[in-house]
Amino acid sequence: MKNKIARIIAACALLAPLTALAASGGVALDKVELRVANAESVQRGAKVFVNYCLSCHGASSMRYNRLTDLGLSEQQIKDNLMFATDKVGDPMRVAMQAKDGKAWFGATPPDLTLIARSRGADWLYTYLRSFYRDSSRPTGWNNAVFDKVGMPHVLWQLQGDLELRTVEGKAEAKGPVARSWETVEHVNGKDKITTHQLVLTKAGELTRLEDGKANMLDFDERMTDLTNYMVWMSEPAQVKRESIGYGVLLFLIFLLVPMTYILKREYWSDLH
Amino acid sequence: MSKLQALTNTVVNWVDDRFPVTASWKAHMSEYYAPKNFNFWYYFGSLALLVLVIQIVTGIFLTMNYKPDGSLIPGTNVSVAFNSVEYIMRDVAGGWIIRYMHSTGASMFFVVVYLHMFRGLVYGSYKQPRELIWIFGMLIFLCLMAEAFLGYLLPWGQMSFWGAQVIVNLFASIPVIGPDLSVWIRGDFVVSDATLNRFFALHVIAVPLVLLGLVVAHLVALHEVGSNNPDGVEIKKNKDPKTGIPLDGIPMHPYYTIKDIFGVAVFLVIFSYVVFFAPEMGGFFLEHPNFDPADPLKTPPHIAPVWYFTPYYAILRAIPSFLGTQVWGVIGMGAAVVIIAFLPWLDRSPVKSIRYRGKKFKTALVLFLISFIGLGILGAKAPTELRTILSQIFSVIYFGFFLAMPFYTKNDPGTEPVPARVTETNTSRQLAFLMYVGIAILGSFVFAKLV
Repeated sequence: MKNKIARIIAACALLAPLTALAASGGVALDKVELRVANAESVQRGAKVFVNYCLSCHGASSMRYNRLTDLGLSEQQIKDNLMFATDKVGDPMRVAMQAKDGKAWFGATPPDLTLIARSRGADWLYTYLRSFYRDSSRPTGWNNAVFDKVGMPHVLWQLQGDLELRTVEGKAEAKGPVARSWETVEHVNGKDKITTHQLVLTKAGELTRLEDGKANMLDFDERMTDLTNYMVWMSEPAQVKRESIGYGVLLFLIFLLVPMTYILKREYWSDLH
Repeated sequence: MSKLQALTNTVVNWVDDRFPVTASWKAHMSEYYAPKNFNFWYYFGSLALLVLVIQIVTGIFLTMNYKPDGSLIPGTNVSVAFNSVEYIMRDVAGGWIIRYMHSTGASMFFVVVYLHMFRGLVYGSYKQPRELIWIFGMLIFLCLMAEAFLGYLLPWGQMSFWGAQVIVNLFASIPVIGPDLSVWIRGDFVVSDATLNRFFALHVIAVPLVLLGLVVAHLVALHEVGSNNPDGVEIKKNKDPKTGIPLDGIPMHPYYTIKDIFGVAVFLVIFSYVVFFAPEMGGFFLEHPNFDPADPLKTPPHIAPVWYFTPYYAILRAIPSFLGTQVWGVIGMGAAVVIIAFLPWLDRSPVKSIRYRGKKFKTALVLFLISFIGLGILGAKAPTELRTILSQIFSVIYFGFFLAMPFYTKNDPGTEPVPARVTETNTSRQLAFLMYVGIAILGSFVFAKLV
């Protein structure tokens, strides 16, 4: 038996170096800080969402009055967050017709209710921060995460102008680089490394150019709020779900499992 | 005797004269004798029944608010069906918990049933005289697969739509009748509102009715011949000469009912963890692309079935098309499921339990398990050259396990003879079990990382 285990472990150890081969290229997604239980952050995100996203994208399963879960009153919602309707029980619909959106942008802007669950929070966070100037595109914008996206950079006043710089090989971040990442291609059996850098050329309301460096902290923070809002909106019950879940698991693990175990032992004790 | 007891007796007697309630209780519960040496593997039958009840009860409540309507809400690209699921998640009181119980239940059903079937494989529970139990079980498994596939279309997300498209198109590859058959199944030339409506009807009425009937048949057949056990010893061969009760048998109630309640409690810990903390299970129980509404004009880059179908999907993809038709993969996939039903006649060994079988069967079983898990992992991933070759190797092993079984089980003596009476488990068996589970889990993770 012991011999067998030793052989199996040895076989596994031989395979270990192969994991190094599994590394791959593509745009690296930045990790977003998830804080859906932080009502203030989600509220700030909701404000950005209704002001910037809701003109073209709908959230057709999300009712305005569900925002009361964030500690807002219906009056506050009506006064600050509702532009397209006057009924607080209405879902977040767009006035624009889906087919108009298709004609104007080349694709119907997707409904955003569940976008955080289909794309993932990190994707959204990185995508929102990856628009850059590209004169070859009809809107004048392109995106490093979603190439040739139909959507223009609606947040450019906040973020400012970015340009994409591509350098062959590894390159250090010089100048006002907001983000940089490397991709690896396999050409003729050799690894070809390319460095991509998003460079801030003009500061926006939430970004600063300081001593030739880009300061993106405030914008990133606002996008964290927005991403958290979209994650919250994709399942408004999730905060409650987890808090109920702790109670359920505590009951099961500390009460039901031990009690049924004791009961079983009690019943089975008369068998021997 | 108190007045209440007297009244109860009167009522029970009244019913017994007209319906065999006491007799049924005795036959299936208080005087049904099950072997006393059931181990971990014997929890999954009752757990499958529990999950079936969960699915039916939550399903009834979901039906009250779900709308099988593929038409788009005016001005949006979201369908009524897709939106009604979100309505359940947001506006129906307790709707999210009901829906997550149903979606988690679907996956847990397969977890429990796969383990239940593996138990049968390990202890030879399909062997004479339990062949019919195994056949009924396989029919239940087929119904379950149909039920899962039909239900998966209902949320009308991208994976619902394209998954159904892929599977229904498989029927189109059948020579001569294929194209007409696939149109007949869909009720349209593409997956559409007509398909959604009929899948809904089949999912909530037709298949569950058949499923319930088969479960009753499975249990009646089981109680007719009695349960197998980890030693594969027939307990009915050793009866107390006076009472006629098997010496190694204990009444189902209260011993196994109480023990199964403990199993239920442990199961609920896992089930609740998924429902409350990981309802998507990292995209394995609820696939991420299925949160995008169905779009007939946009094919997802990678269409993968839910995890419980991936072994068969991998077999489907592993078989290349030749002679100008792709039907071979479909036949292979179907055969992979159907062949399991023939186990009682493929296994020629006189010994039931793996404890007393020889090296050949043990080796074959390990290879089979590796190939089944391997196929499951490969089926969930986008195909590459290496993965296709691995799938082909595993498919050969999968079928080899069954087709070669008459030969390698024929003369395969174990190291220990089968005992006359059942034995209790011991520490070395328990340690070996934990070690095997550990190796299987670790091996699966390593393999998934590598390919």
